[in-house]
Amino acid sequence: MRIGDHANLLERIYAIDPDVILIDLADPSRDVLEQMFQMSRAVRRPVGMFVDQTDSASIEASVEAGVSAYVVDGLRKERVKPILDMTISRFNAFSRLRSELEQAKSQLEERKTVDRAKGILMRTRKIGEEEAYGLLRKVAMNEKKKISEIAQSVITAAELLA
Amino acid sequence: MSLDRLRIGFIPLADAAIPIVAADVGFAAEEGFQIELSREVSWSNIRDRLVLGHFDAAHLLAPVAIATSLGLAGMKATLSAPLALGLNGNAFTLSPFLHDELVAHLAPGAALSDPLATGAAFASLVRARHGRGDEPPTLGMTFPFSTHNYQLRLWLDAAGLIPDQDVRLAVVPPPYMVDALQNGHVDGFCVGAPWNAVAVDLGLGRILHLGVELVRRCPEKVLAVRSGLLDGEPERIEALVRACVRAAAWIDDPANRHETARILGAEDRLDLPATLIRRTLDSRLATGWRDEVRNSDNLLLFGRDGATRPDPRHARWLHAQMARWGQAPASTAASDAAAALYRTDIYDKALGAAPPALPDDALELFTG
Repeated sequence: MRIGDHANLLERIYAIDPDVILIDLADPSRDVLEQMFQMSRAVRRPVGMFVDQTDSASIEASVEAGVSAYVVDGLRKERVKPILDMTISRFNAFSRLRSELEQAKSQLEERKTVDRAKGILMRTRKIGEEEAYGLLRKVAMNEKKKISEIAQSVITAAELLA
Repeated sequence: MSLDRLRIGFIPLADAAIPIVAADVGFAAEEGFQIELSREVSWSNIRDRLVLGHFDAAHLLAPVAIATSLGLAGMKATLSAPLALGLNGNAFTLSPFLHDELVAHLAPGAALSDPLATGAAFASLVRARHGRGDEPPTLGMTFPFSTHNYQLRLWLDAAGLIPDQDVRLAVVPPPYMVDALQNGHVDGFCVGAPWNAVAVDLGLGRILHLGVELVRRCPEKVLAVRSGLLDGEPERIEALVRACVRAAAWIDDPANRHETARILGAEDRLDLPATLIRRTLDSRLATGWRDEVRNSDNLLLFGRDGATRPDPRHARWLHAQMARWGQAPASTAASDAAAALYRTDIYDKALGAAPPALPDDALELFTG
């Protein structure tokens, strides 16, 4: 779909549910797209951006800002297909990286939580580190929950009782 | 020797006057640099071109600068605001049809300039339409992250309406707002000067409220720069701040109003009749309702009353509006990050001035 007029643009975008969004930097209907991104946080689409000028700093800045494709000089018919393909493949690669990063971050957070809970158990029950971990693991297995969830409960309880 | 050149993007609005006058009256040249201005059509474009480095600085909605730094929408980049481009300037305009409908719901003896009274009348008309199974009114605003959005919501909320359910709020960039009213895409809008006066002149709309009737000191646009540029070459930005503050003082001088209106009206600036822009500078607006004229000495503040010094309390208020309407996390950390954008340190250093005494109430809302 090409966005020509802005009337009912939002409804049309919702109805079409596009796979990719290509943006002409000079198009005024862009602000309406921004409203859509606001109203529906779940909408994550590859974004390709067409611009009329460039330098290496701009390209770098666009990649940092999460633009999947930064295309200099106009929309020419024969170029659209390869650009679409590239935009989508880059977006997918970027999404994969981001989800890996988020996973790594959450694992790190979980480890910190478990460490804090272990510390609380060691102090209050005067036990060693291994024993404290064993205790968390046992409770987690019994309750069919993740160790980090049990660890969080220990921390919350300790905060409430402090 | 060629002068250092700073590229600045702007949206055709009266509050772009400060960088425009700094460029066209020679305040930049006095500071030893040149301003290359670029007129843009939409707020997302101007933001992206700033982020991508096409511009060194931009006339930007303060909440867009905050949202961009917090990574709330579109591109994420750390921006700074070493200067506010004045305060106020917005107005609510309704189509004559919707205005008549609102007046019919107004309590006997209530003043049209009282936002509590008009809010109650609007709520009553919205409920009446709902009861008849009619469409709710559509109100235009300039961007999801804009004071226009928040001013409309402040008014609707105070009247007991739920903005996201009871009315439709549609984004329209300022230069297209009057067209949107004409073709029936919106039934009214909140936009900055001089677009309300344009709608009144064409007989397409009537001004319901001046922005100052809702918020006496409302943050609007800032001069936004990439924080990297500010940290790397602070002296360039300090020179820009000085040139802009001098331009604001020049605009404030009543003797320069005629010339300011002429400069702003030029084809490559706002491209509007100078006489129409002059009415905003004179702080007197015909509302299009009978022969009513509204005036306020605070209609649009350029340099007076410390209007160019960024006030971090404004940034916190804007963040609170974002949080109130679900656009931003309501955390202290996010509020602090918003306040940190407003670089009073750079402003004070550029001018070599001590921090001024600030008014106790940074905003003065009609809701008290």
